[in-house]
Amino acid sequence: MSALLPEIRDSAIARVNPVAKLAVAVFLSVTLLLSIDVVSAAVALLLVGILLFWSGLDARQFWMRTAPLWLAAPFAGLTTVLYGEDSGALLWEWGPVTVTEGSLTLGVAITLRVLAIGLPSIVLFATTDPTDLADGLAQVLRLPARFVLGGLAGMRMIGLFLDDWRALGQARRARGVGDAHVLVRLGTQAFALLVLAIRRGSKLATAMEAKGFGSDIPRTWARPSRFGVAEAVVILIGIVIATVSVAAAVAAGTWNFILDRA
Amino acid sequence: MTAAFRSASVPGVHIRARDWGWRHAGRATPAVSALTLDIAPGERVLLLGASGAGKSTLLQALAGVLGGEEEGDESGSLLLDGRRPADARGRAGLVLQDPDSQIVLARIGDDVAFSAENLGIPRDEIWSRVSWALDAVGLDLPLRHSSSALSGGQKQRLALAGVLAMRPGLLLLDEPTANLDPDGVQEIRDVVHQVVADTGATLVVVEHRVAVWRDVVDRVIVLDPSGGILADGPPGIVLDREGPRLAASGVWVPGILPRVSARPHRSAPGIDLLQARGLTVGRTPFASKVASIAASGLDLDLTESTGLAVSGPNGSGKSTLALTLAGLLEPVGGSLRATEALARGLTPEPIRWKSRALLTRLGTVFQEPEHQFLASTVRRELAIGPLALKLAPAEVGSRVDELLQRLRLDHLADANPFTLSGGEKRRLSVATVLATRPQVLLLDEPTFGQDAVTWGELVSLLGELVDGGSSVVTVTHDLALVAAFADAELVLGAATAVTA
Repeated sequence: MSALLPEIRDSAIARVNPVAKLAVAVFLSVTLLLSIDVVSAAVALLLVGILLFWSGLDARQFWMRTAPLWLAAPFAGLTTVLYGEDSGALLWEWGPVTVTEGSLTLGVAITLRVLAIGLPSIVLFATTDPTDLADGLAQVLRLPARFVLGGLAGMRMIGLFLDDWRALGQARRARGVGDAHVLVRLGTQAFALLVLAIRRGSKLATAMEAKGFGSDIPRTWARPSRFGVAEAVVILIGIVIATVSVAAAVAAGTWNFILDRA
Repeated sequence: MTAAFRSASVPGVHIRARDWGWRHAGRATPAVSALTLDIAPGERVLLLGASGAGKSTLLQALAGVLGGEEEGDESGSLLLDGRRPADARGRAGLVLQDPDSQIVLARIGDDVAFSAENLGIPRDEIWSRVSWALDAVGLDLPLRHSSSALSGGQKQRLALAGVLAMRPGLLLLDEPTANLDPDGVQEIRDVVHQVVADTGATLVVVEHRVAVWRDVVDRVIVLDPSGGILADGPPGIVLDREGPRLAASGVWVPGILPRVSARPHRSAPGIDLLQARGLTVGRTPFASKVASIAASGLDLDLTESTGLAVSGPNGSGKSTLALTLAGLLEPVGGSLRATEALARGLTPEPIRWKSRALLTRLGTVFQEPEHQFLASTVRRELAIGPLALKLAPAEVGSRVDELLQRLRLDHLADANPFTLSGGEKRRLSVATVLATRPQVLLLDEPTFGQDAVTWGELVSLLGELVDGGSSVVTVTHDLALVAAFADAELVLGAATAVTA
């Protein structure tokens, strides 16, 4: 449909109920946030990396989707190396910038951690159809249909907004106001897009209401969203990855629980 | 399963209105008032009326989506089979004008299923309804097919299928073909004809192109803008008696062509302003580096005092060509050069010009007027171009006043452009471009979805501009516009230039 919502390829992970994938991503993230050390993050990253072979993403898709992460992770790490809490031997110094053994280790730990949290989250959702996720949220987690389907219908309009944005830019140039500073231009154009988005949204709401949405009749679901063996296995794998990572860090003596440091 | 559904026709809805009226919250006068009528089950009605007569309001009321007390005041009664429309969910199905704003889900099967889910239909029955509905509208595509990758006509068929999946006894169509090209119009009309014949549902359609629906309906009702009904009866009789009056109020009545002021002298073509040689046009999709080519190998001269119509099927690159000629899209290949008469000292490539430099050279009227509105009132909207040119305040004022009067917008000078009717928006979008007097005018589907009165005004105005020395290019599907206005026609897809 668009670059934002590309086609989902069939794969072992794509077939799993999105709610199970969501649970794994949340569980792994929370566990990895509990400590900042190299070992737990490295182990988790390694195990998650193995799982990627079942995601069905080809190399190009994988790198495209995760590109922001490969930029953000080293940058977060570098910032920590240069400005982070210092400990151990001083390796390099320039004004306020100090690199010590401690800040270097911390930087590497942060880089690995951002990757270990980010990669599975991005990949799990790159293999998830938004409609299936909405079905899962409504049927498995019992979130209100109005909220879930409203959000889903709104997401479908993103493709239209991209076209609107382009047309608005062209219209501004044609109307003689396209020479303003880029920030001014983007600001006013963003406001115009908001106005259009609200108008599109209210038209869509009327169309949805005309199709019986929002009535008192209890809604049925055309697509069943089920939890079965595959979902249990995925959640189990998530728990195993988290446990092995923590156990490895504790065994190596690098585990430092963040709440202990306060 | 399909056959079982087809034979099991739906009981048509009986509509009964008694002195019914509706006033939108915040408006002084009611949109509809004193409406009394009966429509029998299975009747097929074409609902006509001048712009502002309340046709859409009545359809939305019948569909039960007008809203509650906070949205407006209701008077009298309006009943479907004796029940209020809001209590009769699923009995009435409404198809709206804009194909893009009616698709809810990303896959066509899911989108059709959506309405049946809302009515609480059991899962197995939903899917047999989905295949029946898609079959009924002739949309022969896999259930997983993307609902975005459809033509306008296909999207409207999908919207109709979604409505049919509710098995409604009343089909309400609000200008369902206004945004479609001629092929799409036929496609939808034929499908609707088939569906009402198969199901026996009651049909109420609002459309100002009467010829399209004349053979489908068996009754025409004309709403009176001042309340109640102006005419009601079989199509032939109503159109004979009310035809001229309907035409004067903007309805397209078969056999009555809108009045277009004559062009006394077609002036001889002047000098060339813009020359395309082997031009390739295309757009670059989001997050892509390579342009997808819409049309190529185009040779074209835009000349003073000439009206050029660019036509061709959907997807032949008409709009992309117009945007490229207008200096808004970079040519993908070939050359596009302005002559010195147009460039006046600037580089010959329009895409390199500053936005302000375009104003007096290349004016563009977009297909969607709302995309080009920038100000909070009509008067300010018209002043934007002249102010960007740094004209003297007196000159800005006189240009704005002249355009307000000429395009009958003076009574709306302080209104917000977004609140205008479709015809008024179109007139304003043309006026904003005229305000800076460009040498070349490019209009993308200027007559799309317009009523007959606005159509006549636009065609007359474009003729005047050509006779006044402008080079005017219109991208259009509208054969009547081509006949009434164009000195030359470029048919894309066929890739041949025909000079009239």
